[in-house]
Amino acid sequence: MNFMKIKILAAAILMISAFSVDAQRYFTREAKIDFISDAPMEQIEAHNSSATTVLDISNGQLEFAVLIKAFLFEKALMQEHFNENYMESDKFPKANFKGNIQNPEAVKWGVDGTYPIEVSGKMTIHGVTRDVTAPGTIVISGGAVSASSSFAIAVADYDIEIPSVVREKIAKEVAINVNVNFQELK
Amino acid sequence: MVFKNKLNCFRQTFCLIFLLFLSGYTVNAQEDLLSLLEEEPTVNYTSAAFKTNRVINLHSIEHTAKGVLDFKISHRFGFLNGGFYELFGLDNASIRLGLDYGITDRIQIGWGRSSFEKTYDGYAKLKLLRQSTGARKMPISASIFGSMAVQTLRWPNPDRENLFTSRLYYTTQVIIGSKINDNLSLQVSPTLVHRNLVATTAVSNDVYAIGFAGRVKITSRLAINAEYIFVLPDQISPDYRNSISLGIDLETGGHVFQLHFTNSTSMIEKGFITETVGNWADGGVHFGFNVSRVFTVVKPKFD
Repeated sequence: MNFMKIKILAAAILMISAFSVDAQRYFTREAKIDFISDAPMEQIEAHNSSATTVLDISNGQLEFAVLIKAFLFEKALMQEHFNENYMESDKFPKANFKGNIQNPEAVKWGVDGTYPIEVSGKMTIHGVTRDVTAPGTIVISGGAVSASSSFAIAVADYDIEIPSVVREKIAKEVAINVNVNFQELK
Repeated sequence: MVFKNKLNCFRQTFCLIFLLFLSGYTVNAQEDLLSLLEEEPTVNYTSAAFKTNRVINLHSIEHTAKGVLDFKISHRFGFLNGGFYELFGLDNASIRLGLDYGITDRIQIGWGRSSFEKTYDGYAKLKLLRQSTGARKMPISASIFGSMAVQTLRWPNPDRENLFTSRLYYTTQVIIGSKINDNLSLQVSPTLVHRNLVATTAVSNDVYAIGFAGRVKITSRLAINAEYIFVLPDQISPDYRNSISLGIDLETGGHVFQLHFTNSTSMIEKGFITETVGNWADGGVHFGFNVSRVFTVVKPKFD
């Protein structure tokens, strides 16, 4: 009888663990990525609300895939130039990030709260891969996981050429804002 | 018997605990997380087959984007064979001021006024097919274009009965094009020009023609354009020639400069298709330019 109890208990643990295995990974196809180029003569913003991301909370592994053509600009001509002249979107359709949360133990995944994190990994834009580290925040609220991050990247690091005529209009460093509302990956 | 049962229980418990460990282990392994998601098929629309909505004189397969107003100043100087006396044509100029507007990404309208024969024109251009790759593959783009032009010169014979309808010209055109690769775009434009009034009964009111155009991109900001319009035989006076134009597109931020040589004086369809008089062989060529400046009138909304 005692053993029966242990068996049931073990089965229960397994079931719970199986359930928590499901909740180990989170994803969305609707992550928001904005960038702002703040140059002396012109401020340019672009918005992308269809980035794909997957987060594994068991080890802090985090990946992003961002379709470059999905960045929307206020000015259609800028969007065309962004894709045609700068990002060469037909040649390099996606930007990627593969990395880890460096301090996953700092986040209590089951407890509501706001947790500062640091993410580092490899970012590929315009076919060029660089190591990046960025600060971020994880917010747990009623079981829902969301994340945000703001960082800057240097355009020249990714072999994106800015001709001299528009040098006053495009910033050398572009500010990037990431906002993600994760869903459980089942 | 009881003992045996207990042993079984032990085994099963053990087995379960082992499974538990195993499941914990797989979770911790590093893997390609994005591959867990199925790739969502996306349609990749081909963009920027030409730099603007005109090749040189002909409408290109490109449309003005939704909510964007494109102000165009087009100029053709006099014929180069005017020689030094006319400063190779620079003493004379024909101009068209025009506005193009994108109601949607597929519907474009426009209006213009040409100094040549004091003509007003209005048009609508509707995109039927969009070239794309990915989830939906479409090798070409196609648009249909319709325009009306009103020539407003004073009547040469004010004494006779003159009808307003005699001033009207209509053009219908199908534009079929393809961005073959990053550097080469080609298009063909079967066209019908209808003139309500023509000079003699020997020429036809309806003129059928086929326009051919192409672009070769040299750098991301420089391209070479060419166009040739073949008018089907025995429709217009033999004094008129087929339009041949050659030019470059230069892009600087919000402007596109198109600089070209053409034997056509007019910058609207009824003119450059049916009334081209210049002859390339003896320098009957205009230097000219189109300058395009775009304004975003209706800003797109982002969520």
